[in-house]
Amino acid sequence: MNRKTWGAALVILLLFAGLGAVLPSWVVFLLTLGLAKGLAVLSVVLLMRAGLVSFGQALFYAAGAYAAGFALRRAGIHEAFILLAIGALTAMGLAALIGLIITRYREIFFGMLSLAFSMAFYGVLVKAYDITGGTDGIGIPPPTVLTMPVAAGQLRLVTYYLALGCVAVMLYLIRRYAHSPLGYAARAVRENEVRVAYLGGSVQRAIYLTYVLAAGLCGLGGVLVAFTVGHIDPQLSYWTTSGEFVFVALLGGTSSVAAPLGSAVLYELIKSYAFKYAPYTWQMVLGLIMLVIIFFLPGGLWTLVERAQRPRQGQEVRG
Amino acid sequence: MNTLFIILADGLVYASWLFLIGVGLTLIFGVLRILNIAHGSLYALGAYVGAVLVIAYFQDPARWPAGSFFVLLTAAVLVGLVVGPPLERGLLRRMYGRDPALQLIVTYAVFLILEDLIKVLFGVNPYYAYKPFGLLGNVSLAGVSYPYYYLLLLLVAITAGALLWLFVNRTRFGRLVVAVIHDAEISTALGINLPRIYVTTFTLGVILAALGGAFTAPMIAVVPGIGVEVIVLAFAVIVIGGLGSPEGAALGALIVGLVRAAAVHLVPELELFIIYLVMAIVLLVRPQGLFAQAEVRRI
Repeated sequence: MNRKTWGAALVILLLFAGLGAVLPSWVVFLLTLGLAKGLAVLSVVLLMRAGLVSFGQALFYAAGAYAAGFALRRAGIHEAFILLAIGALTAMGLAALIGLIITRYREIFFGMLSLAFSMAFYGVLVKAYDITGGTDGIGIPPPTVLTMPVAAGQLRLVTYYLALGCVAVMLYLIRRYAHSPLGYAARAVRENEVRVAYLGGSVQRAIYLTYVLAAGLCGLGGVLVAFTVGHIDPQLSYWTTSGEFVFVALLGGTSSVAAPLGSAVLYELIKSYAFKYAPYTWQMVLGLIMLVIIFFLPGGLWTLVERAQRPRQGQEVRG
Repeated sequence: MNTLFIILADGLVYASWLFLIGVGLTLIFGVLRILNIAHGSLYALGAYVGAVLVIAYFQDPARWPAGSFFVLLTAAVLVGLVVGPPLERGLLRRMYGRDPALQLIVTYAVFLILEDLIKVLFGVNPYYAYKPFGLLGNVSLAGVSYPYYYLLLLLVAITAGALLWLFVNRTRFGRLVVAVIHDAEISTALGINLPRIYVTTFTLGVILAALGGAFTAPMIAVVPGIGVEVIVLAFAVIVIGGLGSPEGAALGALIVGLVRAAAVHLVPELELFIIYLVMAIVLLVRPQGLFAQAEVRRI
């Protein structure tokens, strides 16, 4: 990563930070939701880069949200940063267990098995009424940030900055991961698994670690959603939630880490507008948009950004 | 003893329903190699059209009551013929051989579109087409009263399964389908009309999904969203049986049906996730499912 990209990243971060102060509260809310979901979408993209399509990432999303919810309601832990850590670590712990089984599968079987685990978790959340509140879910009181309580009017803005901070840190870590031997191994697995094994690389290790790391991202996103919405329910673990993540991932494209975040934010905006202007047909609008993108931009919306960048790079070479 | 019998009876009824919703999905996957997420919506479409036609049929009280079963059947065929060919020719055809993630997401987009299309076409109020359900009366089995309609459901599932088996194994067209399943490229080289096989199989799969929906309609209130849950159940059933195998779907449906019935009567807390538990266990022991053959890994 050269200095120019760092500069661009910093400018974008500051821009988003500034936007939070200027934009009306409901836009900030949508942005926060977009960023939180963006983390989950990023985790789907990480797995896609290793050649795996997960239809059950919602499991870790819900696990993170519920872990934070329990910590808040039952253990009396109110510190936002500790809650974020609890959510991410719970999701990673769960992934470390499930990963032992699921990383032996590929392609559609990986997808279906991940779907099965998330739906089983959904079943537990619905049925364990005494602990989880069943389909009613749990209300999440506002957390404290660095032991300071958050005023009711400030909650949205504070959550937004929390989400922005999380996203910035995570993007940095993902970048480190992608350029580490582990990240390269995962990408090679996608190209040709058997060859990686013949060359002496551990396919199993690369996929397992990627799976656990991806789950951490999802868990973090789940905690942020819990803070933002102030309420969690089993729907977080339902298959349509996982489907949405894959949907948004392909909407943006998988070639850049910025694409999933951008498309998650865009998706939230489209969704709320579609919901406002076409309350009965907003899903149809989303579906049609998706079909158009698949047929005309198979690499996702990010293809547009890449196209815009290409001539400029050509000039640099000539100069 | 009595509980055992009830579990067996409930399990069989549930299994026949599961088979009806799963068999079309596995057939489509076997031939087209596309896992159709919109399958649940096609089921819902079948339920809606079935309900609407049955209600219309009974507007005239002089009509032959048992005729409503043929109305349900007609509804399923109608849905299949109207929706199947355009969906395959217009959309899925362009997705063959593409990235499986893209194929999945295309059918997910179709699912989203159909879910709302159903709301636009039929409104959001529930439809009650209960008449065919009560028509046959009840039968008393081991002291428990069962509607005859459940037996009819079993009969429909068995007939559909048997006809499908005969179609695939005993007709010329079925043999061609088997050839395509084994190797689509060589089949084309041998002069098999691949597009025709694809469009027919897909339409058949849609008819089966709609059939499941149409015969479910009299048992439930037909409301928006009934297809959402169906799709994951169907997935579980066909993954257990082995993707692409109708026989597997039958076995998968039987296992899931019986296990779920046992859970409902013995440990009701497990009801919601026992199916996925079974699926996970089967995949652990036999990753490719019970009936499908393991594929060779290529370098």
